[in-house]
Amino acid sequence: MEIVERLLAGDRRAAARLMSLIENDTSQAPRLMAALYSHTGHAHIVGVTGSPGTGKSTLVSELTKKIRAQGEKVGIVAVDPTSPFSGGALLGDRIRMQELSTDEGVFIRSMATRGSLGGLARATGDVVKVLDALGQDLIFIETVGAGQSEVEIARAAHTVVVVVAPGLGDEIQAIKAGLFEIADLFVVNKADREGAEGAVATLNYLLDMNQAEGERWRPPILKMVAIRGEGVEAVVDALKGHRGYLKKSGQLELRNRERSEEEVKRIIEEALWGRLLSRLEEGEWERMMLRIADRELDPYAAAEKLLESWGDLGKEG
Amino acid sequence: MAERKVRILIAKPGLDGHDRGAKVVARALRDAGLEVIYTGLRQTPEMIAETALQEDVDLVGLSILSGAHMTLFPRILKLLQEKGLGDIPVLAGGIIPDEDIPVLREMGIAGVFGPGTSTQEIAEFINQTLKRA
Repeated sequence: MEIVERLLAGDRRAAARLMSLIENDTSQAPRLMAALYSHTGHAHIVGVTGSPGTGKSTLVSELTKKIRAQGEKVGIVAVDPTSPFSGGALLGDRIRMQELSTDEGVFIRSMATRGSLGGLARATGDVVKVLDALGQDLIFIETVGAGQSEVEIARAAHTVVVVVAPGLGDEIQAIKAGLFEIADLFVVNKADREGAEGAVATLNYLLDMNQAEGERWRPPILKMVAIRGEGVEAVVDALKGHRGYLKKSGQLELRNRERSEEEVKRIIEEALWGRLLSRLEEGEWERMMLRIADRELDPYAAAEKLLESWGDLGKEG
Repeated sequence: MAERKVRILIAKPGLDGHDRGAKVVARALRDAGLEVIYTGLRQTPEMIAETALQEDVDLVGLSILSGAHMTLFPRILKLLQEKGLGDIPVLAGGIIPDEDIPVLREMGIAGVFGPGTSTQEIAEFINQTLKRA
Protein backbone atom coordinates (compact mmCIF):
# COMPACT_ATOMS: atom_id res chain seq x y z
CA MET A 1 0.00 0.00 0.00
CA GLU A 2 1.54 3.19 -1.21
CA ILE A 3 0.49 5.53 1.59
CA VAL A 4 1.82 3.17 4.28
CA GLU A 5 5.12 2.88 2.44
CA ARG A 6 5.41 6.64 2.36
CA LEU A 7 4.66 6.75 6.10
CA LEU A 8 7.36 4.20 6.82
CA ALA A 9 9.78 6.28 4.77
CA GLY A 10 9.10 9.18 7.15
CA ASP A 11 6.64 11.18 5.03
CA ARG A 12 4.75 13.42 7.45
CA ARG A 13 2.03 14.29 4.98
CA ALA A 14 1.30 10.58 4.52
CA ALA A 15 1.10 10.20 8.30
CA ALA A 16 -1.42 13.02 8.55
CA ARG A 17 -3.52 11.61 5.69
CA LEU A 18 -3.52 8.15 7.26
CA MET A 19 -4.74 9.56 10.56
CA SER A 20 -7.69 11.21 8.82
CA LEU A 21 -8.53 8.03 6.92
CA ILE A 22 -8.62 6.06 10.15
CA GLU A 23 -10.58 8.73 11.96
CA ASN A 24 -13.18 9.29 9.26
CA ASP A 25 -13.87 5.84 8.00
CA THR A 26 -13.52 2.86 10.28
CA SER A 27 -13.96 0.49 7.35
CA GLN A 28 -10.48 1.55 6.15
CA ALA A 29 -8.78 0.69 9.41
CA PRO A 30 -8.43 -3.09 8.93
CA ARG A 31 -6.68 -2.69 5.58
CA LEU A 32 -4.34 0.03 6.87
CA MET A 33 -3.51 -1.68 10.15
CA ALA A 34 -2.70 -4.89 8.29
CA ALA A 35 0.00 -2.96 6.47
CA LEU A 36 1.46 -0.97 9.35
CA TYR A 37 0.88 -2.90 12.57
CA SER A 38 4.09 -4.90 12.28
CA HIS A 39 6.01 -1.61 12.23
CA THR A 40 4.67 -0.49 15.61
CA GLY A 41 5.61 -1.37 19.17
CA HIS A 42 8.73 0.74 19.39
CA ALA A 43 7.38 3.89 21.09
CA HIS A 44 6.97 4.66 24.78
CA ILE A 45 3.34 5.79 25.13
CA VAL A 46 2.75 8.29 27.92
CA GLY A 47 -0.76 9.36 28.93
CA VAL A 48 -1.26 12.76 30.54
CA THR A 49 -4.50 13.37 32.40
CA GLY A 50 -5.87 15.74 35.03
CA SER A 51 -8.59 18.34 35.56
CA PRO A 52 -9.00 21.22 33.10
CA GLY A 53 -6.72 24.11 33.96
CA THR A 54 -4.00 22.06 35.62
CA GLY A 55 -1.62 22.88 32.79
CA LYS A 56 -1.46 19.61 30.87
CA SER A 57 -0.68 21.16 27.48
CA THR A 58 2.05 23.43 28.83
CA LEU A 59 3.55 20.51 30.71
CA VAL A 60 3.55 18.29 27.61
CA SER A 61 5.17 21.10 25.66
CA GLU A 62 7.96 21.57 28.22
CA LEU A 63 8.61 17.83 28.55
CA THR A 64 8.76 17.56 24.76
CA LYS A 65 11.40 20.30 24.50
CA LYS A 66 13.57 18.46 27.01
CA ILE A 67 13.14 15.09 25.32
CA ARG A 68 13.95 16.65 21.94
CA ALA A 69 17.14 18.08 23.43
CA GLN A 70 18.08 14.50 24.28
CA GLY A 71 17.63 13.61 20.61
CA GLU A 72 14.43 11.57 20.69
CA LYS A 73 11.47 12.16 18.39
CA VAL A 74 8.12 12.96 19.97
CA GLY A 75 4.50 12.51 18.94
CA ILE A 76 1.61 14.27 20.66
CA VAL A 77 -2.06 13.36 20.39
CA ALA A 78 -4.16 16.03 22.09
CA VAL A 79 -7.82 15.16 22.64
CA ASP A 80 -10.55 17.76 23.17
CA PRO A 81 -14.28 17.23 23.47
CA THR A 82 -16.77 17.24 20.61
CA SER A 83 -19.80 19.41 21.32
CA PRO A 84 -22.76 17.09 21.84
CA PHE A 85 -25.01 19.79 20.38
CA SER A 86 -23.34 20.72 17.11
CA GLY A 87 -20.97 17.81 16.56
CA GLY A 88 -18.20 20.39 16.10
CA ALA A 89 -15.16 20.91 18.30
CA LEU A 90 -12.71 23.63 19.26
CA LEU A 91 -9.26 22.05 19.43
CA GLY A 92 -6.99 24.47 21.24
CA ASP A 93 -4.16 22.50 22.78
CA ARG A 94 -1.70 23.77 20.19
CA ILE A 95 -1.91 27.27 21.66
CA ARG A 96 0.38 26.07 24.46
CA MET A 97 2.63 24.13 22.11
CA GLN A 98 3.53 26.83 19.60
CA GLU A 99 7.27 26.50 19.99
CA LEU A 100 7.07 22.88 18.87
CA SER A 101 5.17 23.43 15.66
CA THR A 102 8.16 23.85 13.37
CA ASP A 103 10.38 21.18 14.92
CA GLU A 104 10.59 18.34 12.40
CA GLY A 105 11.13 15.86 15.20
CA VAL A 106 7.72 16.61 16.70
CA PHE A 107 4.35 15.65 15.25
CA ILE A 108 1.22 17.02 16.93
CA ARG A 109 -2.27 15.89 16.11
CA SER A 110 -5.43 17.35 17.64
CA MET A 111 -8.38 15.01 17.93
CA ALA A 112 -12.01 15.54 18.86
CA THR A 113 -13.72 12.85 20.93
CA ARG A 114 -16.51 12.50 18.33
CA GLY A 115 -18.97 11.14 20.84
CA SER A 116 -16.80 8.72 22.73
CA LEU A 117 -16.60 9.02 26.49
CA GLY A 118 -13.71 8.18 28.74
CA GLY A 119 -11.40 11.03 27.74
CA LEU A 120 -10.13 9.65 24.43
CA ALA A 121 -11.46 9.43 20.89
CA ARG A 122 -12.35 6.09 19.33
CA ALA A 123 -9.46 6.28 16.90
CA THR A 124 -6.84 7.57 19.37
CA GLY A 125 -5.16 4.19 19.70
CA ASP A 126 -4.79 3.82 15.94
CA VAL A 127 -3.51 7.38 15.50
CA VAL A 128 -0.86 6.56 18.11
CA LYS A 129 0.11 3.54 16.01
CA VAL A 130 0.62 5.77 12.99
CA LEU A 131 2.98 7.99 15.03
CA ASP A 132 4.74 4.89 16.30
CA ALA A 133 5.25 3.64 12.73
CA LEU A 134 6.45 7.10 11.70
CA GLY A 135 9.29 6.54 14.15
CA GLN A 136 8.40 8.79 17.08
CA ASP A 137 10.23 7.46 20.16
CA LEU A 138 7.89 8.86 22.77
CA ILE A 139 4.20 9.58 22.24
CA PHE A 140 2.15 11.72 24.59
CA ILE A 141 -1.62 11.29 24.72
CA GLU A 142 -3.22 14.28 26.37
CA THR A 143 -6.76 13.45 27.49
CA VAL A 144 -9.79 15.70 27.54
CA GLY A 145 -9.30 16.37 31.22
CA ALA A 146 -12.90 16.26 32.30
CA GLY A 147 -11.61 14.77 35.51
CA GLN A 148 -13.69 11.86 36.54
CA SER A 149 -13.99 9.47 33.65
CA GLU A 150 -10.47 9.20 32.41
CA VAL A 151 -9.46 5.67 33.25
CA GLU A 152 -9.43 4.67 29.58
CA ILE A 153 -6.00 6.25 29.30
CA ALA A 154 -4.57 3.49 31.51
CA ARG A 155 -5.27 0.99 28.75
CA ALA A 156 -3.96 3.20 25.98
CA ALA A 157 -0.63 4.17 27.57
CA HIS A 158 2.41 2.51 29.15
CA THR A 159 2.93 5.31 31.65
CA VAL A 160 0.18 7.53 33.05
CA VAL A 161 0.98 10.99 34.42
CA VAL A 162 -1.73 12.54 36.59
CA VAL A 163 -1.41 16.32 36.76
CA VAL A 164 -2.86 18.25 39.70
CA ALA A 165 -2.67 21.91 40.66
CA PRO A 166 -2.81 23.40 44.16
CA GLY A 167 -6.11 24.77 45.31
CA LEU A 168 -8.37 22.90 42.91
CA GLY A 169 -9.26 20.17 45.36
CA ASP A 170 -7.64 17.85 42.87
CA GLU A 171 -6.26 15.41 45.41
CA ILE A 172 -9.75 14.42 46.41
CA GLN A 173 -11.01 14.48 42.82
CA ALA A 174 -8.20 12.11 42.00
CA ILE A 175 -9.52 9.51 44.40
CA LYS A 176 -13.07 9.85 43.20
CA ALA A 177 -12.00 9.48 39.62
CA GLY A 178 -10.04 6.33 40.31
CA LEU A 179 -6.87 8.12 39.26
CA PHE A 180 -4.88 6.62 42.12
CA GLU A 181 -5.25 3.21 40.56
CA ILE A 182 -3.95 4.37 37.19
CA ALA A 183 -1.30 6.96 38.09
CA ASP A 184 2.31 5.95 37.54
CA LEU A 185 3.48 9.45 38.28
CA PHE A 186 1.92 12.50 39.93
CA VAL A 187 2.91 15.99 38.92
CA VAL A 188 1.91 18.89 41.15
CA ASN A 189 2.02 21.66 38.56
CA LYS A 190 1.95 25.40 39.33
CA ALA A 191 4.01 24.50 42.38
CA ASP A 192 4.93 28.14 42.96
CA ARG A 193 1.40 28.70 44.20
CA GLU A 194 0.26 28.50 47.74
CA GLY A 195 -0.83 25.05 48.77
CA ALA A 196 1.69 23.11 46.66
CA GLU A 197 3.41 21.54 49.68
CA GLY A 198 0.01 20.65 51.10
CA ALA A 199 -0.98 18.97 47.85
CA VAL A 200 2.22 16.92 47.85
CA ALA A 201 1.67 15.89 51.47
CA THR A 202 -1.96 14.92 50.83
CA LEU A 203 -1.02 12.88 47.78
CA ASN A 204 1.72 11.14 49.76
CA TYR A 205 -0.67 10.28 52.55
CA LEU A 206 -3.32 9.06 50.12
CA LEU A 207 -0.75 6.98 48.27
CA ASP A 208 0.21 5.27 51.53
CA MET A 209 -3.43 4.36 52.02
CA ASN A 210 -4.03 3.29 48.45
CA GLN A 211 -0.82 1.42 47.75
CA ALA A 212 -1.70 -2.22 47.16
CA GLU A 213 0.20 -4.89 49.08
CA GLY A 214 3.33 -6.03 47.26
CA GLU A 215 3.19 -3.21 44.71
CA ARG A 216 6.73 -2.59 43.54
CA TRP A 217 6.27 0.80 41.88
CA ARG A 218 5.37 3.71 44.07
CA PRO A 219 4.29 6.66 41.90
CA PRO A 220 6.71 9.54 42.46
CA ILE A 221 5.14 12.91 43.29
CA LEU A 222 7.01 15.67 41.50
CA LYS A 223 6.63 19.42 41.61
CA MET A 224 6.72 21.48 38.46
CA VAL A 225 6.17 25.03 37.29
CA ALA A 226 5.60 24.15 33.65
CA ILE A 227 5.12 27.71 32.43
CA ARG A 228 8.67 28.56 33.62
CA GLY A 229 10.16 25.21 32.72
CA GLU A 230 10.98 24.36 36.34
CA GLY A 231 11.16 20.74 37.44
CA VAL A 232 11.04 19.42 33.87
CA GLU A 233 14.15 17.32 34.05
CA ALA A 234 13.00 15.34 37.08
CA VAL A 235 9.74 14.48 35.37
CA VAL A 236 11.50 13.35 32.18
CA ASP A 237 13.83 11.20 34.32
CA ALA A 238 10.83 9.71 36.13
CA LEU A 239 9.18 8.84 32.79
CA LYS A 240 12.32 7.01 31.70
CA GLY A 241 12.55 5.41 35.12
CA HIS A 242 9.04 4.05 34.81
CA ARG A 243 9.75 2.74 31.32
CA GLY A 244 12.78 0.91 32.73
CA TYR A 245 10.74 -0.52 35.57
CA LEU A 246 8.06 -1.76 33.15
CA LYS A 247 10.66 -3.56 31.06
CA LYS A 248 12.52 -5.13 33.95
CA SER A 249 9.44 -6.24 35.85
CA GLY A 250 7.66 -7.79 32.89
CA GLN A 251 4.88 -5.23 33.30
CA LEU A 252 5.49 -3.87 29.82
CA GLU A 253 4.49 -7.15 28.21
CA LEU A 254 1.53 -7.42 30.54
CA ARG A 255 0.29 -3.93 29.71
CA ASN A 256 0.77 -4.47 26.01
CA ARG A 257 -1.19 -7.71 26.22
CA GLU A 258 -4.02 -6.07 28.16
CA ARG A 259 -4.18 -3.33 25.59
CA SER A 260 -4.39 -5.83 22.74
CA GLU A 261 -7.17 -7.70 24.55
CA GLU A 262 -9.19 -4.53 24.96
CA GLU A 263 -8.66 -3.60 21.33
CA VAL A 264 -9.78 -6.95 19.99
CA LYS A 265 -12.80 -6.93 22.29
CA ARG A 266 -13.75 -3.47 21.11
CA ILE A 267 -13.36 -4.41 17.45
CA ILE A 268 -15.58 -7.48 17.95
CA GLU A 269 -18.22 -5.46 19.78
CA GLU A 270 -18.36 -2.88 17.04
CA ALA A 271 -18.41 -5.46 14.28
CA LEU A 272 -21.18 -7.50 15.91
CA TRP A 273 -23.18 -4.38 16.58
CA GLY A 274 -22.82 -3.21 12.99
CA ARG A 275 -23.83 -6.61 11.64
CA LEU A 276 -26.81 -6.82 13.97
CA LEU A 277 -28.07 -3.44 12.83
CA SER A 278 -27.58 -4.31 9.18
CA ARG A 279 -29.85 -7.34 9.58
CA LEU A 280 -32.78 -5.33 10.84
CA GLU A 281 -35.57 -4.23 8.59
CA GLU A 282 -35.98 -0.57 7.77
CA GLY A 283 -37.44 1.17 10.83
CA GLU A 284 -37.44 -1.95 12.99
CA TRP A 285 -35.04 -0.47 15.52
CA GLU A 286 -37.02 2.76 15.86
CA ARG A 287 -40.30 0.84 16.24
CA MET A 288 -38.80 -1.30 18.96
CA MET A 289 -37.47 1.74 20.83
CA LEU A 290 -40.92 3.34 20.67
CA ARG A 291 -42.50 0.21 22.12
CA ILE A 292 -40.01 0.34 24.97
CA ALA A 293 -40.86 3.98 25.58
CA ASP A 294 -44.56 3.09 25.63
CA ARG A 295 -43.84 0.35 28.18
CA GLU A 296 -45.11 -2.35 25.82
CA LEU A 297 -41.74 -4.04 25.81
CA ASP A 298 -38.92 -4.05 28.36
CA PRO A 299 -35.27 -3.49 27.33
CA TYR A 300 -34.19 -7.05 28.21
CA ALA A 301 -36.95 -8.61 26.14
CA ALA A 302 -36.06 -6.31 23.27
CA ALA A 303 -32.39 -7.32 23.42
CA GLU A 304 -33.33 -10.99 23.55
CA LYS A 305 -35.54 -10.58 20.51
CA LEU A 306 -32.77 -8.87 18.55
CA LEU A 307 -30.25 -11.52 19.50
CA GLU A 308 -32.52 -14.23 18.09
CA SER A 309 -31.40 -13.28 14.62
CA TRP A 310 -27.89 -14.50 15.52
CA GLY A 311 -28.87 -18.15 15.77
CA ASP A 312 -26.70 -20.11 18.20
CA LEU A 313 -24.48 -17.16 19.03
CA GLY A 314 -27.46 -15.20 20.35
CA LYS A 315 -28.61 -17.95 22.69
CA GLU A 316 -27.58 -17.82 26.28
CA GLY A 317 -24.84 -20.39 26.91
CA MET B 1 -19.30 3.65 10.43
CA ALA B 2 -18.01 6.65 8.58
CA GLU B 3 -18.02 10.05 10.15
CA ARG B 4 -16.41 12.60 7.91
CA LYS B 5 -15.83 15.89 9.71
CA VAL B 6 -14.63 19.11 8.15
CA ARG B 7 -11.43 20.29 9.81
CA ILE B 8 -10.32 23.90 9.59
CA LEU B 9 -7.22 25.65 10.91
CA ILE B 10 -7.88 29.16 12.23
CA ALA B 11 -4.57 30.99 12.53
CA LYS B 12 -3.38 34.48 13.26
CA PRO B 13 -0.22 35.32 11.33
CA GLY B 14 1.96 38.23 12.36
CA LEU B 15 2.10 40.44 15.38
CA ASP B 16 -1.54 41.26 16.14
CA GLY B 17 -2.17 41.94 19.79
CA HIS B 18 -5.60 40.41 20.13
CA ASP B 19 -7.60 37.59 18.64
CA ARG B 20 -11.15 38.33 19.60
CA GLY B 21 -12.52 38.18 16.07
CA ALA B 22 -10.70 34.95 15.31
CA LYS B 23 -12.12 33.40 18.46
CA VAL B 24 -15.65 34.44 17.58
CA VAL B 25 -15.27 32.83 14.16
CA ALA B 26 -13.69 29.71 15.69
CA ARG B 27 -16.58 29.27 18.09
CA ALA B 28 -19.20 29.92 15.41
CA LEU B 29 -17.65 27.31 13.14
CA ARG B 30 -17.59 24.80 15.99
CA ASP B 31 -21.30 25.49 16.44
CA ALA B 32 -21.74 24.90 12.73
CA GLY B 33 -20.35 21.40 13.25
CA LEU B 34 -16.73 21.86 12.15
CA GLU B 35 -13.61 20.71 13.96
CA VAL B 36 -11.66 23.90 14.47
CA ILE B 37 -7.95 23.79 15.24
CA TYR B 38 -7.12 27.05 16.92
CA THR B 39 -3.49 28.01 17.39
CA GLY B 40 -3.49 31.42 19.02
CA LEU B 41 -1.54 34.59 18.33
CA ARG B 42 1.73 35.36 16.58
CA GLN B 43 2.00 32.51 14.13
CA THR B 44 4.76 32.55 11.55
CA PRO B 45 3.96 31.36 8.00
CA GLU B 46 6.11 28.30 8.70
CA MET B 47 4.09 27.41 11.80
CA ILE B 48 0.81 27.78 9.92
CA ALA B 49 1.85 25.63 6.97
CA GLU B 50 3.31 22.89 9.17
CA THR B 51 0.20 22.84 11.38
CA ALA B 52 -2.03 22.56 8.30
CA LEU B 53 0.04 19.57 7.23
CA GLN B 54 0.03 17.75 10.57
CA GLU B 55 -3.65 18.35 11.22
CA ASP B 56 -4.61 17.45 7.62
CA VAL B 57 -7.14 20.25 7.48
CA ASP B 58 -9.67 20.81 4.70
CA LEU B 59 -9.37 24.60 4.92
CA VAL B 60 -7.17 27.31 6.40
CA GLY B 61 -8.64 30.53 7.78
CA LEU B 62 -6.26 33.45 8.35
CA SER B 63 -7.18 36.40 10.52
CA ILE B 64 -5.08 39.53 10.42
CA LEU B 65 -5.45 43.07 11.72
CA SER B 66 -1.94 44.45 11.45
CA GLY B 67 -1.91 45.29 7.75
CA ALA B 68 0.87 42.86 6.94
CA HIS B 69 -1.36 40.61 4.85
CA MET B 70 0.25 41.52 1.51
CA THR B 71 3.58 40.25 2.85
CA LEU B 72 2.44 37.31 4.97
CA PHE B 73 -0.29 35.75 2.83
CA PRO B 74 1.87 35.09 -0.27
CA ARG B 75 4.49 33.50 1.95
CA ILE B 76 1.89 31.21 3.57
CA LEU B 77 0.42 30.24 0.18
CA LYS B 78 3.90 29.47 -1.13
CA LEU B 79 4.77 27.28 1.86
CA LEU B 80 1.48 25.39 1.57
CA GLN B 81 2.28 24.80 -2.09
CA GLU B 82 5.75 23.52 -1.23
CA LYS B 83 4.31 21.04 1.23
CA GLY B 84 1.89 19.69 -1.35
CA LEU B 85 -1.06 21.46 0.25
CA GLY B 86 -1.71 23.88 -2.59
CA ASP B 87 -5.23 22.54 -3.09
CA ILE B 88 -6.41 23.57 0.38
CA PRO B 89 -8.71 26.61 0.16
CA VAL B 90 -7.41 29.57 2.19
CA LEU B 91 -9.84 32.15 3.59
CA ALA B 92 -8.92 35.53 5.03
CA GLY B 93 -10.56 37.82 7.51
CA GLY B 94 -9.79 40.85 9.66
CA ILE B 95 -8.88 44.33 8.50
CA ILE B 96 -8.21 44.18 4.78
CA PRO B 97 -8.62 47.29 2.57
CA ASP B 98 -11.04 46.86 -0.35
CA GLU B 99 -8.36 47.57 -2.94
CA ASP B 100 -6.32 44.60 -1.73
CA ILE B 101 -9.14 42.11 -2.11
CA PRO B 102 -8.81 41.53 -5.89
CA VAL B 103 -5.04 41.18 -5.50
CA LEU B 104 -5.48 38.58 -2.76
CA ARG B 105 -8.00 36.68 -4.88
CA GLU B 106 -5.57 36.70 -7.76
CA MET B 107 -2.94 35.32 -5.42
CA GLY B 108 -5.17 32.36 -4.61
CA ILE B 109 -7.06 33.38 -1.47
CA ALA B 110 -10.49 31.77 -1.88
CA GLY B 111 -12.51 34.28 0.10
CA VAL B 112 -12.04 37.54 2.01
CA PHE B 113 -14.29 38.47 4.92
CA GLY B 114 -14.08 41.91 6.47
CA PRO B 115 -15.63 43.36 9.62
CA GLY B 116 -19.39 43.00 9.71
CA THR B 117 -19.45 39.61 7.98
CA SER B 118 -21.91 37.33 9.73
CA THR B 119 -20.55 34.03 10.92
CA GLN B 120 -23.34 32.30 8.99
CA GLU B 121 -21.99 33.82 5.80
CA ILE B 122 -18.60 32.29 6.52
CA ALA B 123 -20.05 28.87 7.34
CA GLU B 124 -22.13 28.98 4.16
CA PHE B 125 -19.09 29.97 2.07
CA ILE B 126 -17.14 27.05 3.53
CA ASN B 127 -19.89 24.60 2.64
CA GLN B 128 -20.03 25.89 -0.93
CA THR B 129 -16.25 25.86 -1.31
CA LEU B 130 -15.91 22.28 -0.13
CA LYS B 131 -18.79 21.13 -2.32
CA ARG B 132 -16.97 22.44 -5.35
CA ALA B 133 -13.69 20.80 -4.39
